[in-house]
Amino acid sequence: MAGWTRSDIGGFLAKQGILIAFFLFIIGFTIANERFLAPENIMGVVRSSAILGVMALGVTFVVISGNLDLSVGSMMSFSTIVVLDLHDKLGPALAIPAMFALTLCLGALIGFLVGYLKLNSLIVTLGMLSAIHGLTLTYSGGKNMDIADKGGTWFSIFGQGEIFGIPVPILIFVGLAALLGIVLARTPFGRKVYAVGGNGVAATFSGIRRARIVFACYLLSSFCVATAGLIQASRSLGSQNTVGQGLELEVLAAVILGGASLLGGSGTIFKTIIGVLILGFIQNGLLLVGLQFYAQYVVTWIIIILAVWLDIAAKRGRLWSPLA
Amino acid sequence: MSTATPALRLENIVKTFPGVRALDGVSFSVLPGEVHALMGENGAGKSTLMKVLGGIYQPDGGEIIVSEQKVVMRSPLEAKHKGIVFIHQELSLAKELSVAENIYLGELPHNRFGLVDWQHLFEKTDAILQRLKVGFDARTRVGDLSIANQQMVEIARALTHEAKAVIFDEPTASLTDAEKVVLFEVIEDLKSHGVGIIYISHRMEEIFKMTDRITVLRDGQYRGTLDTAQTTEEDITQLMIGRKLDLTRNAVDHEFGAAALEVENLSCGTLYTDISFSVREGEVVGFYGLVGAGRTEIAETLFGLRTPTAGKILLNGREVHIESPVDAIELGISLVPENRKEQGLVLGMNCRDNMTLPQVDALVSGPFVKDSAEIEIFGHYRDKLEIKTPSWKQLAGNLSGGNQQKIVIGKWLSMHPKVLIVDEPTRGIDVGSKSEIHKLIRDLASQGYAIIVISSEMPEILHVSDRIVAMYSGRIMRTFTAQEVTEDSLIQAISGLGESEKVA
Amino acid sequence: MTSETKTRLFKQGAIWGFIAFELIFFSVAGSYFSLSKGAFMDADNMLLLFKQSAPIGIIALGMTIVMINGNIDLSVGATYALSAIVLLDSMTWPIFAGLGDWVIPISWALALLTGAVLGAVNGLIVWKTGVDAFIVTLGSMLGYRGLVFMYNGEDPTSHLNWTLVDFAEAQFLGLHTATWFLLGVAVILWLLMNRTVHGRNAYAIGDNREAAVNAGIRVGPHMLLNFVLIGFLAALSAVVFYSESGSVNPNDGSLFELWAITAVVLGGTKLAGGSGSIISTLGGVIAIQLLRKGLGYIGAGTETVNLVIGLILVAVLFLDRQLNVKAKGELKV
Repeated sequence: MAGWTRSDIGGFLAKQGILIAFFLFIIGFTIANERFLAPENIMGVVRSSAILGVMALGVTFVVISGNLDLSVGSMMSFSTIVVLDLHDKLGPALAIPAMFALTLCLGALIGFLVGYLKLNSLIVTLGMLSAIHGLTLTYSGGKNMDIADKGGTWFSIFGQGEIFGIPVPILIFVGLAALLGIVLARTPFGRKVYAVGGNGVAATFSGIRRARIVFACYLLSSFCVATAGLIQASRSLGSQNTVGQGLELEVLAAVILGGASLLGGSGTIFKTIIGVLILGFIQNGLLLVGLQFYAQYVVTWIIIILAVWLDIAAKRGRLWSPLA
Repeated sequence: MSTATPALRLENIVKTFPGVRALDGVSFSVLPGEVHALMGENGAGKSTLMKVLGGIYQPDGGEIIVSEQKVVMRSPLEAKHKGIVFIHQELSLAKELSVAENIYLGELPHNRFGLVDWQHLFEKTDAILQRLKVGFDARTRVGDLSIANQQMVEIARALTHEAKAVIFDEPTASLTDAEKVVLFEVIEDLKSHGVGIIYISHRMEEIFKMTDRITVLRDGQYRGTLDTAQTTEEDITQLMIGRKLDLTRNAVDHEFGAAALEVENLSCGTLYTDISFSVREGEVVGFYGLVGAGRTEIAETLFGLRTPTAGKILLNGREVHIESPVDAIELGISLVPENRKEQGLVLGMNCRDNMTLPQVDALVSGPFVKDSAEIEIFGHYRDKLEIKTPSWKQLAGNLSGGNQQKIVIGKWLSMHPKVLIVDEPTRGIDVGSKSEIHKLIRDLASQGYAIIVISSEMPEILHVSDRIVAMYSGRIMRTFTAQEVTEDSLIQAISGLGESEKVA
Repeated sequence: MTSETKTRLFKQGAIWGFIAFELIFFSVAGSYFSLSKGAFMDADNMLLLFKQSAPIGIIALGMTIVMINGNIDLSVGATYALSAIVLLDSMTWPIFAGLGDWVIPISWALALLTGAVLGAVNGLIVWKTGVDAFIVTLGSMLGYRGLVFMYNGEDPTSHLNWTLVDFAEAQFLGLHTATWFLLGVAVILWLLMNRTVHGRNAYAIGDNREAAVNAGIRVGPHMLLNFVLIGFLAALSAVVFYSESGSVNPNDGSLFELWAITAVVLGGTKLAGGSGSIISTLGGVIAIQLLRKGLGYIGAGTETVNLVIGLILVAVLFLDRQLNVKAKGELKV
């Protein structure tokens, strides 16, 4: 370690802080309860994180492009309700693409408002949170939606099925994460997403169609939401209208925890997955060590603040804000 | 005059930034009742010096002495209390608040319950406004004022305390002629009250009209103080650039080809009117004028960032419609923008990715970006432009200004444009990189590029251009060839003194 | 008068114009669709409207000062719930058993203190760490909600104190207690923002933070004070509401932050800070409540309210942008 200055170490801690914290948690929980690292426990955590995770993948694109999406929770409720309703009306083979199409329309609308009309994404998606919730309630008439014949449908495979012993939600999450991770890291589109979020003006001056990129990010986000809705619907085969309520903030928390800046231009799919897993493992670990379920919220709060704080402290070179 | 006690004296001020000695032992003094011009090229250290005086930067060495007392200023507020007021070029006002609140920002008079004493506040403010003879009152919302009047609010701040010295940074940049008259009256008034004034400006006309003495900085160093009454422009210019201007070096060294870009009677709202010019292959056309003369706006139009309201653009003799930068790039027009950090680079992205950004769609194998192709392009222009960076992975934000600019230039050269527009190519760049970039522009011209250079620095324009278009207030005043141009005629043209010339 | 001035005056008037439009629309539409016989602009109906506006309204007023200051607070809903639980639970604490109705002011004080402390925690973190208020309060929104559940469990906490209920249901000069609280808070905050050094500095900080810092204004304490105030007001909102209802569910107050922000934005406060008005927010609150009531009046359900409010929010943003766009001179970026 010779030659390391204090600021080097500080920088390293800040850069990899979230991974270090992740491992510390795992070690801590493992010591407290040996069941924590058991394969079935890990599988359980990943499985229960899958819905949040799938949504977080899409929101990662939106956040890197320099915007926010607060509408994913209510959009997920919409997808879930719609696919459950159409399941009995059209049959699952038609219901799924129909639901995807409708959800993508919502994503396109938001993408149009934020991308082409250049409206503030926080307020637009806040408005859409409310509007989509209203749309869902109108669609369902406010009633819970259930599949009539819960035993006799292959539709349950997306949420409950297993392939080679691995739960399908995990396969979907991992598959989508790999795909989108490659798209973000290796394709021209991904490069442009970073450019638009890092400096939208410079991106325009470089001949990138900024509006189109932002539009695509929201479209992608709504695709992920539809996928999450499919898993949710398939897992429970029945749902309330508010099933996704509040998820938008947990999703955002996971993305921020992974180290994406709300200002845009930074973040990766891998980091977001870490963020999702941290949330999942904290929840699980705290339960295993005997703390009550809701303690996870408090711990999440503290971790989010610490993670972001360390990040900006490293950038400004001092721990405390210079603000008088 | 030289016997009086200086209102403000600087002794050996030093300020360094990582890698740059921005101020290198600057000393001079401003007498009470004197208007003291501070001149120098962009990057000569004027703005750094002013920030030191305004309490925004702390000097690394030297002393600031106000009325024979050494002062240390850790904040702008402290500077104000010590008697130094800095009137910013970029206004620092809260637009939603009233004039009075802005003038006494941070020092609102109040009672012990924290309630603002409005009557007292407005009375004090109106007294100051009366002295400035302005046409608005203390209650007016600042956002409702014109830019000139907003500047008056900034100036009014100077009068709230017994200011010993007031610094004006390019105060006339956004003023109309009538507003300038008012400003000059205010300066005369301050003068008669014994305030020392530092006046920063590039405009020779104002310098000779307003100032008593002139101090010149170059490369962060003090180069001398001249008595305005006994000085000529040549003396000042020589001090500023350190040599007699050599006008022969831009003699045409190669033949020009056909007209690559022709602009006919182009207008865009109030920004510029009736612009006509052409650029031939292998030719460098320089656009010279004051800030706000409309040069950048023309460049932005050619790059598809603005829609012209009238006129035609022809590329290789064919009329084109450029709706967006995407169109411009497809047509072979490239723009190295004025503001490197805001428009030129994604600072949080690495050098290579910045350089290949406009063509990333083409650098693919299958659906993926082809790393090797990118690295090859980067390597080529790194060598060609002598970009100094440890690796392509370095973030653009971590490079020096000169290397950042070369990344932007490389980005556009790699697109092999027909027409290259370079806006303020050396702003904020050290002298060494400057001459490299000048040489590069000449080299590119000799390779057949049609080039437009926009610059506010006369030596630069004279140095690189084959022809010079002089603009004033949105119009072309005159077009010079390299052979016929003189400094005097150029300055006349861009100050609006000459007759507007029709270019066919 | 510059065009900017006209635009500004138009924007200030817009929310009241919208309210007038709602009144007329629902009165006319109501005569065709309404199921009830009473007129929409019935006095009792309007009084009730003010009362129902109070819980969100008080929070929205606090949100206005935080947003003028250039920050935002997403944790108000959780603060509201925790304060409500402290209010109702503390009335049953054994140590206060012998106090009779004197427990009321003590419980109120405890609830309000809870809110103020939670606000102060947000404010201190924003000030001292320099982390953006959006992230800080996004975190504490989860954290405070966690505290609610940890303290309370998942079941509702109920405690009806009839003295309190009488007080909450009382009407003075025709207005309900809750309405008086709403108006009182509006007046006090209006004075705070328009008459005190703190208020004016808060505007300056939100408008041009660098200028404020350069002028020697201490940005941190002003932000802290505003966070304490919004925490306090979230608690006050809980006190006003739960004094009457007497039963709190640990999920109560979720989405309050969104409603409050909606009201503030409808009232024309800029997200970036520096501009906004208490009175206009009051207009925004009333407009939303009118919409809820009006849609109910013509037979539409809550789902339509959500839909319409969401669309109106987007429409407001669009109109605001159109008003601000300079026809010429704008760069296409």
